[in-house]
Amino acid sequence: MLRIKNLHAGVEENEILNGIDLEVNPGEVHAIMGPNGSGKSTLAAVIAGKEEFEITDGSIEFEGESLEEASPEDRAHKGIFMSFQYPIEIPGVTVTNFIKTAINESRKARGQEDMPANKMLKLIREKSELLEIDRKFLSRSLNEGFSGGEKKRNEIFQMAMLEPKLAILDETDSGLDIDALRIVAHGVNKLRSKDNAVIVITHYQRLLDYIIPDFVHVLQDGKIVKSGSKELALELEEKGYDWLKDEIVSQ
Amino acid sequence: MGIKRTENIDLTEKLVSSFLAFQSHVDIDHPVHDIRSEAIRNFEIKGFPNRKEEAWKYTSLGKLQKIDFSIFPKEVNALEYRDVKKYFLHEMDTYKIVFIDGIYSSYLSETTHDGVDICLLSAALNKPIYQPIIELYFNKAANREDSLTSLNTAFSKEGAYIYIPKNKAPIKPIEIIHFATGKESSLMLQPRNLIIAEENAELQIIERHQSLTSNDVLTNAVTEIFAAKNAMVDYYKVQNDKGSASLIDNTYISQKRGSAVHVHTFSFGGNITRNNLNFYQHGERIDSTLKGVTILNKKQHVDHHTLVHHQEPNCESHQDYKGIFGDKATGVFNGKIIVDEVAQKTNAFQQNNNILISDDATINTKPQLEIFADDVKCSHGCTIGQLDEEALFYLRARGIPKKEAQALLMYAFANNVLESVRIPELKLRINKLIAEKLGVHLGFDL
Repeated sequence: MLRIKNLHAGVEENEILNGIDLEVNPGEVHAIMGPNGSGKSTLAAVIAGKEEFEITDGSIEFEGESLEEASPEDRAHKGIFMSFQYPIEIPGVTVTNFIKTAINESRKARGQEDMPANKMLKLIREKSELLEIDRKFLSRSLNEGFSGGEKKRNEIFQMAMLEPKLAILDETDSGLDIDALRIVAHGVNKLRSKDNAVIVITHYQRLLDYIIPDFVHVLQDGKIVKSGSKELALELEEKGYDWLKDEIVSQ
Repeated sequence: MGIKRTENIDLTEKLVSSFLAFQSHVDIDHPVHDIRSEAIRNFEIKGFPNRKEEAWKYTSLGKLQKIDFSIFPKEVNALEYRDVKKYFLHEMDTYKIVFIDGIYSSYLSETTHDGVDICLLSAALNKPIYQPIIELYFNKAANREDSLTSLNTAFSKEGAYIYIPKNKAPIKPIEIIHFATGKESSLMLQPRNLIIAEENAELQIIERHQSLTSNDVLTNAVTEIFAAKNAMVDYYKVQNDKGSASLIDNTYISQKRGSAVHVHTFSFGGNITRNNLNFYQHGERIDSTLKGVTILNKKQHVDHHTLVHHQEPNCESHQDYKGIFGDKATGVFNGKIIVDEVAQKTNAFQQNNNILISDDATINTKPQLEIFADDVKCSHGCTIGQLDEEALFYLRARGIPKKEAQALLMYAFANNVLESVRIPELKLRINKLIAEKLGVHLGFDL
C-alpha cells in the first residue's frame, strides 16, 4: 500500500529525514517511535503532503503510484488521512458542516455525487456514538474552545467518517487522559480491517497497550534505526531511547 | 484663503454654480435653507479634500473630480421590481424607502405613518407638522466644518426620514435603498437621511447604495442618527456596488444616556468607498458598537475612518473591523477615539485585523487615541497577515481543495463580526455574499 524508499526530506537546507525505508501493507498496524526531534512528525507530514517539506531524494508510493506531485487534497482523496497533533480551530464552521464538506469534496474528486443528507446523518450518528461524542458537540465550531481530549476525539471522529485506507495518527495520545485514550483507541480498533492500514506515531508505549501494532520502528535522527515486533516498544519503555543509541554505537 | 484650486476646479465650480439652479427647486423661506446656504459657502471655501490632509492621505478623490457628473437627474427613471428584487432583503417583510437616481420611488417603497414615521425627508421638510422636529435635529449631529458633509447639506432635499416615538418599535426592519440608473450620463447623488429614535425606541435599518449602470456614479451621503435615552438602533450598511460606483458615506450618531447604537459595515465592492463613521456620546452608560467586514479584490478601495468621542463617564465603545484584500485592492482603517477628561470609567476597545492574499494588495491601518481621563480602559490592536499555512494544510489534508480551504479560513476569520448581526435573513444573505465574493461554493450554507 505505502512504499517509502530511501526518503530524504527537509526544510530548505535542513535535512530532517535521512533515508527512510518503510513498507506498509493492508491490514497492518505500524508504530513509529522515537525521541523528540527524531523526525516522526515530519515523516507524517511528508506522507500527508505538507508543501513546506522538500523531498530531496528517494520516493513515496501509494498503491503503486508516486505521491511526489500529489497535493495534500489529492492524497486525502486517494484515502490518506492524518490525525493532527494540534488540530486547527475554525470559528463559524460547525463540526458537522466541516465533515460534510470534507466527505463531499472527496466524493466529488472520485466522480461521485454528494452523499445524500439522510445517509450522512445516519453515518454521523453512528460514528459519533462510536467515539462517545455528544450531539451538541457536533454543532459547535470546529475545535474552537475544545479541550485537548475533545480535539483528539474529534480527529478520530473525522477519520471514522472519511474511512481512509491509510490513517496516520500523529501523537494522538499526547494530552489525553486514560479514559479519552481508551475511547480513541477503541475507535481506531473498530475501524481496522484487512483492507486498511494504520501508522501510529508516538513518543510513549502507553497507546500501544490499546492499539496493538504488528511492527514497531524506532526513528532516530531521521532514520529508522531498529524495527521489530510489539515487544520492542516495551523494551524501549523500560530502557529508554539512549539504550538504543548505545547499542547502535557499539555496533 | 483663495477659493481657486487648480486640480479640482471643474467639479467644485460646477457644484457651486449648480446651487443657484438648485434653489429654484426648494422652499428658500424654510429655515433649512439658511443651513444650506451656509453649507455651500463652507464647501466653496474648502472644496474637495485632497491628499495633503492627514485624513485623506490614502484616499484620492482626484480622478473622480475629473468626471463630468450630472448634478441633477434629467428625467424620472422607473425600475421593475423583478429587475432589482435581488438587492432587497426579499426573504422577509420589510419597510422600504427606495430612491431611483435620487428621486423617491413610491412604486418600490413601503412606508408608514402608523405610530411611527418611516417616510421621506422631502415630506418632513415640506410639511409644517414636522418643522419642530426638523429644527431640533436637522444638521445638529453633522460636522458643519467638514467640506463634503457641507456639500451634502447644501443640496439636501431628499432621503429617508425616520421618526420612532417614545417606547415604539416598528414591526419590521427598514430598508433604505438608493438605486442609480445613470441612463443619461455619469451621476452625482447627495442623499440625506435623518433618523430619530426617541426614548426606549428600537429600530433596525439596512442601507444600500446600488448602481445599475456602467456609467460613473458618485454618492456623497449624509446620515444623522439620534438615539435618545435607552434607545436601541441597529444599522447595517451593505456596500457591494459596481466598479464604476464610488461612495462617500458620512454618518453622524448622537447618543443619549443608556442608548445602544450598533453599526455594521459590509464592504465588498465599489470603486472608492469612504466611510466616515462618527459617534458622539452625550450621557452615561452608552454603548457604541462599530463592526466591519471588508473583502476587496481588483482595484477596489475602501477607507474606514471612525471616530468615537467619549464625553461622559461610564460608557463603552467596541470596534472590530476585519479586512481581506486581494489583487490590487487597497484598504485604510483609521480609528480615532477621544476620551474627554470627564469621561472616567470609559471602556473603549478597538481591533482591526487584516489578511493580504496578494502581493499587490495594501492596507494602511492606524489607531488614533486621544485620552484625557485617567481612569479608563482602552485597548487597541491591529494585525496584518497572510492566511495561516498550518491551518490551510489541515483543511487540505481533509480533502478540501486549496481554493475552498482558503475561503473557509477567510470566512472563519471574518466570522465573529457576523455573530452580532441580529436579523437572521440578513446574516444568511451576508454569508452568501461573502462566499460569492470569495468565489467558492462550499456545499453548505455558511
